[in-house]
Amino acid sequence: MIKKIAYGIALILLLVAPQIAYPVFLMKVLCFALFACAFNLLIGFTGLLSFGHAAFFGAAGYATGYALRDAGWSFEAGMVAGVAVSAAIGLVMGLLAIRRQGIYFTMITLALAQMLYFVFLQAKFTGGEDGLQGVPRGKFFGADLSSDLTMYYVVLAICIVGFALIVRTIHSPFGQVLKAIKENEPRAVSLGYDVDRYKLLAFVLSAAIAGLAGATKTVVIGFETLTDAHWAMSGLVVLMTLVGGLGTMVGPMVGAVLIIALEDKLGDIGAWMADVSHIEWFRTLGDSVTLVTGFIFIVCVLLFRKGIVGELAALFGSKRSVGTH
Amino acid sequence: MEIFGIPLQAMLGQLLLGLVNGSFYAMLSLGLAVIFGLLNVINFAHGALYMMGAFLAWMGMEYFGINYWCMLIAAPLIVAVFGIVIERTMLRWLYKLDHLYGLLLTFGITLMLEGIFRSVYGVSGQPYSVPEALSGATNLGFMILPNYRAWVVVASLAVCFATWFVIEKTKLGAYLRAGTENPKLVEAFGVNVPLMVTLTYGFGVALAAFAGVLAAPVIQVSPLMGSNLIITVFAVVVIGGMGSILGSILTGLGLGVIEGLTRVFYPELSATVVFIIMAIVLMIRPAGLFGKEK
Repeated sequence: MIKKIAYGIALILLLVAPQIAYPVFLMKVLCFALFACAFNLLIGFTGLLSFGHAAFFGAAGYATGYALRDAGWSFEAGMVAGVAVSAAIGLVMGLLAIRRQGIYFTMITLALAQMLYFVFLQAKFTGGEDGLQGVPRGKFFGADLSSDLTMYYVVLAICIVGFALIVRTIHSPFGQVLKAIKENEPRAVSLGYDVDRYKLLAFVLSAAIAGLAGATKTVVIGFETLTDAHWAMSGLVVLMTLVGGLGTMVGPMVGAVLIIALEDKLGDIGAWMADVSHIEWFRTLGDSVTLVTGFIFIVCVLLFRKGIVGELAALFGSKRSVGTH
Repeated sequence: MEIFGIPLQAMLGQLLLGLVNGSFYAMLSLGLAVIFGLLNVINFAHGALYMMGAFLAWMGMEYFGINYWCMLIAAPLIVAVFGIVIERTMLRWLYKLDHLYGLLLTFGITLMLEGIFRSVYGVSGQPYSVPEALSGATNLGFMILPNYRAWVVVASLAVCFATWFVIEKTKLGAYLRAGTENPKLVEAFGVNVPLMVTLTYGFGVALAAFAGVLAAPVIQVSPLMGSNLIITVFAVVVIGGMGSILGSILTGLGLGVIEGLTRVFYPELSATVVFIIMAIVLMIRPAGLFGKEK
């Protein structure tokens, strides 16, 4: 009951949010929140750490951008193309990566994503270092998306659908098997589950939803660059999920909001710190995002492994928001 | 003289460059394997510490006028001390947890190190000149051999084989191998395992720094030089498997050579060839060329 009320309040807040904050910023946050939730489906509920999720995020962005700008497809078709491309890449990458376990899985996803990064760097359609510029938003079932407010509600709807899909997956029998694999893989095997097939399906699903987030983000901001496919992006989504709480339902969203807001406001924070402490170096903080994200990484791994939502849940002694219910 | 329409001179030149890159792969993957064996941590910071080694060499020259040869010894030692501090203060607390936390921690350290060097020196490369004794080239008749590149290959092979010898043939190495198999039992025999773990991490990262100093005159010293390399080295590790020391060395060198040859015959593929080989190896022999199936 409390949970339903909380979700309801969150929905109302999201509906009125564009009256308060800048819609493009909100849309960006929503896309990253969905991206982090898709990533969490793997690490939090299947126990697989992928360090190559930027590949799906970036590939979908490029595919959708290309479909909308160069092929002249509609918004709906372009989004489908983006998701299809990232799911296909997820299938190939997953087939290779699940052949190894644990830390090797992580290294393989990282290496394959890096390979894709080099492909994007050299390919003609991506525009190389310049990126794919000037992606048109088009129309969604007749509604003109060039208005930021209209776009915002479409993005909100897409993200809610994506999130609902993840929640549904986790609570389905399929999701329970994934959890069994996470908790004790040999046991899942001994119970007769074809573990590799479950892992692969989870991987493809996660890739497709990450692609949905990437495609939406490209349409929102109107361009796609190599940044989205770089390993640093894979690291960023790991960080968002870690800060929010691995394996919690809303943690990755909280993490995404915090990290994106931090990146956005880092310059201001640095200036404020310089004013307070009189250390002039802080003024350059806005240019050293990696320095700060690296620091948060270290602090989280050493001290707050449960993440914000996980720690809160532990504090209030409720296990309900941690995965199961 | 030409082979497949490519001048022999150009081909041998690329082959040598491939060997140079291969020696870096070999040294880095060797360090990763040694650390992973005892600590069960994949040291993402390896690339950043390689970068740090190169930067220390450059800083020594730039600010204090310390020459290449001194820094070749000093930089790995400084990085080793830095690594020991990391191990004692941070990594130590994660051994009992899932391996992925070690990776995430060292990833965070990588970002911080890169961020620090970037905020001070920017992203552009700093030139570092070849030491005088090794400048110039030797004419071998069939090719011109740049002395420094030959030195890089010889020095890294020497270090790699010395490492192999210590681990496989000495008593210290026997402790190390035993510690990899069963640390509790080794500790029961009175060996100070935590100290061994710390020193192993220090040694592994010193190897990375040594490679960094060797690399400084070959490529420009820049804050980003490590992170791109480390991902390729991960692929090398997946291809070779981390089970064997000699395997790491051979895989590293071999892949460097293949990459060099690709640059001659099909340059578009040179950035991705290692990853393609990784994909093929995963399909045929998932445990890696020298790995043992669990």
